[in-house]
Amino acid sequence: MYTEKVIEEFTNPKNVGELADADAVGEAGNPTCGDIMKIYLKVESDRIVDARFQTFGCAAAIASSSMATRMILGMTIAEAWNLSNADVVDALGGLPEPKVHCSLLARDAIRAAIDDFRTRGGLEPLERGSDCCCSGEGGCDSCPGND
Amino acid sequence: MNDQVERTLYMDHAATTFMKPEVVAAMAPYLSEHFGNPSSLYRYSGESRSGVETARGQVATAVGANREEIFFTSGGTEADNWAIKGVAFANRERGNHIVTSAIEHHAVLHTCEWLEKQGFSVTYLPVDEFGRVDPVAVEAAITDETILVSVMTANNEIGTVQPVAEIGRAAHDHGVLFHTDAVQAIGAMPIDVDAMNIDLLSLSGHKFYGPKGTGALYIRQGTRVETLIHGGGQEHRRRAGTENVPGIVGLGRAIELATADIEGHNRRIAAMRDRLIRGILGSIPDCRLNGHPTERLPNNANFSFRYVEGESILLLLDGRGICASTGSACSSGSSEPSHVLLATGLSHEEAHGSLRLTLGDANTEDDVDYVLEVLPEVIGRLRRISPLTPARTRMPEAE
Repeated sequence: MYTEKVIEEFTNPKNVGELADADAVGEAGNPTCGDIMKIYLKVESDRIVDARFQTFGCAAAIASSSMATRMILGMTIAEAWNLSNADVVDALGGLPEPKVHCSLLARDAIRAAIDDFRTRGGLEPLERGSDCCCSGEGGCDSCPGND
Repeated sequence: MNDQVERTLYMDHAATTFMKPEVVAAMAPYLSEHFGNPSSLYRYSGESRSGVETARGQVATAVGANREEIFFTSGGTEADNWAIKGVAFANRERGNHIVTSAIEHHAVLHTCEWLEKQGFSVTYLPVDEFGRVDPVAVEAAITDETILVSVMTANNEIGTVQPVAEIGRAAHDHGVLFHTDAVQAIGAMPIDVDAMNIDLLSLSGHKFYGPKGTGALYIRQGTRVETLIHGGGQEHRRRAGTENVPGIVGLGRAIELATADIEGHNRRIAAMRDRLIRGILGSIPDCRLNGHPTERLPNNANFSFRYVEGESILLLLDGRGICASTGSACSSGSSEPSHVLLATGLSHEEAHGSLRLTLGDANTEDDVDYVLEVLPEVIGRLRRISPLTPARTRMPEAE
């Protein structure tokens, strides 16, 4: 059901781990949904110079995490904020329909990290939208109004 | 870690089984020369008719029933649907209440949920941490309105064997019919419908080395059951449709083989299962066995591994040639993990991290060794990626 690219990215993920001296840390998902991603960023003059991740989740979640960290390397903070999950899915050569929501995990974790970066720099966090695993359809514990 | 597929090792026999050569051989003539319709009058159809009737006798013998009490269906799902809807609609004037358990197969659960929309009421009994239904709770749930108790013989996910005879007795003590979904139990434990107080029993051919698309429902003589499939007069006018003759013949031969030496068969399979369980619990930290420690199917081993997700486990195992199964939501595209694992009290995280290995007749001790070699690597690898893994459990990369 997965493309070869997804299987390859999942089997040999890049940028796994933590960054002890990270300038920003973001987390998305929850164990109830079955996926959690934690991302660590190193930022120099508004550009992402290093990114690492840790993910608990299915193959789509791990592959999206790996691909997304590869894509944001070298991006400005604004560019990374605007990375959509569709961009990640395209880079993976597509995901099966029921798995597309798993790629939101990476986008949400990146945005959480960027907000952490802004907060550390004394800026207001940006409006991130829903943080849940089912894209706000009311299917999971972290859906708005579904606690 | 080498991702090359070195071999294909099938350990998902609760999902389905291969067909035994003897079964294929028994079916072959009915796929070619004996193509006659069993309902036709000419002598040419006699072979088809007798093939079906031989199989009926084989199924009856396997469960301790009379051949007139065996009705062929398209599989376990149809048998469950027929048993439950059939009893519900035929006994509606006697009551509208059904008692079942929280860990039934969806063929039972979704049928009961549909009946609730038709005005029936259903009690879904909880299970203990091992997945057992308490016969005392069954008795307590029975009211004047109860017409049916349906509890599976053994669970397909965690392998827990239910106290079926006691549950059947509780139902009978109150004049209530008892149905059991024995789809996973046939060939794995002796079944006797009289000794176990069973009025209706569902079974499925492809779970015991028979063909897919075949099944049967045992209906105790005199039990009131409405017909589900209307049409021609087949199966004593109770289940219409031209018989799947080759399939039925294969089902008959398969059940005969599966029940010929249950004890000897179980001894071999259970020894492998126990080695698998001991080996995995001994080599992988933060892992638990799901289901009952002793009252479980001889071929079932089900684990939860903390900090990792089941679909990821399956795919890495698949990369090493191992076919297994999980109760994680991510493998099915649904948002909820296995209802069975949650009913035993597991957290969502533990249910997402479950792995089911079910042994079969082609598995060998070598297969067990291979799983014991590969699985700790796979779990270790995913745990190195997971943010939930505590430092003490994060195993170093193998050389």
